[in-house]
Amino acid sequence: MRRENVFWMALLVIGAAALLWRSAFTTEGMGREYVRAVPVANGRWTQSDPATYGEYQGAEAALPAQTEYQFSLPRTIGLWLAAFFTLAIFSFLFGDNPFYKVAEAVLVGVSAAYWMVIGFWDVIVPNLVGKIWPALVRAWAMPGLSGPEAEPSPSYIVVLVLSVMLLWRLAPKGGWIARWPLAFIIGTTAGLRLIAFLHGDFLVQIRNTILPLAVIDGGVFDPWLSLQNLLIVVGVLCCLVYFFFSFEHQGAVGATAKAGIWVLMITFGAAFGYTVMGRIALLAIRLEFLLDDWLWLIDPTGRRVAALLAGGGLG
Amino acid sequence: MKQTGPLLITAAGGFVLIVAYFIPFAQNWGELAAIWFDILAAVAFILGGGNLLKTHLKRISDRARGWGYSGVVVVSFLATLFVGLVKVGVNPSAQFPDFAWSGQYRQMGSAFWYLFQYAFTPLTATMFSLLAFYIASAAFRAFRAKNVEAVLLLGTAFIILLGRTFAGVALTSWIDPDVWAGFAYFTGLRLENLTVYIMSVFNTAGNRAIMIGIALGIVATSLKVLLGIDRSYLGKD
Repeated sequence: MRRENVFWMALLVIGAAALLWRSAFTTEGMGREYVRAVPVANGRWTQSDPATYGEYQGAEAALPAQTEYQFSLPRTIGLWLAAFFTLAIFSFLFGDNPFYKVAEAVLVGVSAAYWMVIGFWDVIVPNLVGKIWPALVRAWAMPGLSGPEAEPSPSYIVVLVLSVMLLWRLAPKGGWIARWPLAFIIGTTAGLRLIAFLHGDFLVQIRNTILPLAVIDGGVFDPWLSLQNLLIVVGVLCCLVYFFFSFEHQGAVGATAKAGIWVLMITFGAAFGYTVMGRIALLAIRLEFLLDDWLWLIDPTGRRVAALLAGGGLG
Repeated sequence: MKQTGPLLITAAGGFVLIVAYFIPFAQNWGELAAIWFDILAAVAFILGGGNLLKTHLKRISDRARGWGYSGVVVVSFLATLFVGLVKVGVNPSAQFPDFAWSGQYRQMGSAFWYLFQYAFTPLTATMFSLLAFYIASAAFRAFRAKNVEAVLLLGTAFIILLGRTFAGVALTSWIDPDVWAGFAYFTGLRLENLTVYIMSVFNTAGNRAIMIGIALGIVATSLKVLLGIDRSYLGKD
């Protein structure tokens, strides 16, 4: 075995042992999930709402035989799985490895099925099956379906046929059949986007750019707001000149286009800054998950304060 | 038939939506076409899932390199699909307790919620957070203040990053009229204020121009598709 692999293996074993020790043999503990049983539908069944370790300890201290707050083994396993997935993805920073590949494979499988399930329950059942066969959907999954929504619409049989044609693409022969529904998707996308972008972007942005260059507020000239408006109008025009390729960018046009590039560079710089901030925020959330939810090393929201008091951790 | 039919469907679908926007009488057509589009988009997810399954089953069957990971994809895909479609662990809705399937498929505590909470969310969030390292690394290697444009880009990113942090605000907090009355004219130079000016003036101007350009590009592309000038989506045969 290569020395590097031995090193990493040893590190993993030590890490796992430390986690087990902390989890099982320390008073603080770590990585446990608790739930609160909430009766639903007049007590016909119970729903398990998330609870904190502090709430559990508080309830135990008040009434040791209580059953409202309980330790949840499935959710604890889920928490450890989430921690494993988080660390497995982060392990890619050291290079491609089997842990990362497993996590990546799980992500691909789960996310593909996730969107399929959402499409099925949110769109296909109410909008397709519900339109063709409302009685079935009402008796099966949507008992609240009523009124005009519950009337059968035979025209939806066309969509059903188009759907089957689209799925035909999976068949070994006759893949061209899927072009018809694909053509519908592309046509409607083009139509929707054309209108949406003309109305929502093109016209609105032009309208918003037509600003007063001399702002008079309460009879007094506002030089700062006037300058801001002037910069916006000039900035937009300069950028548009840069996007305009029917003229060669020379002379006055070239100088204007150059100013447009500068405005665009500032825009890209701001976009870059915000993207970095967004990613770092996500990273902070993941680290907080590891340190707070899983390892119980930090407690910024005081979820385990009651536990420390009850266990004498602060004393 | 293989080409003409799809071309006519594309044109009809697109122009119905365009016409429906301008004619109140035809607005129902537009709504109907939009619902049909949503249904076909949902079916496209099924097509995507089917294709994923087909591809990975073939890799497993061929014992291709890394076929074990394909096995993980297939198992996680089928497990999520099963618990989501069958509503494993979902209680009936409180409103209709006698209808076993009336509960929300994403109900807290259900198996589908469990997979979303403990697999999908941590995996996607961590995957995106990983980009923080790569963006920083790429920026460090690619950004060099060689000319005015690069300086503007770098400088703006620096100001925006600093201006939105506690340290950045603290750096220029000394520009305070309470420290010296003359600073009242220079408070605009404080990093948090500079960030606001950049965002509200230059960033607004640049983004507006970009959005106008994108809108024109999309209109041109959509018209080319609807009029049958661009037929690349139909393939070659």
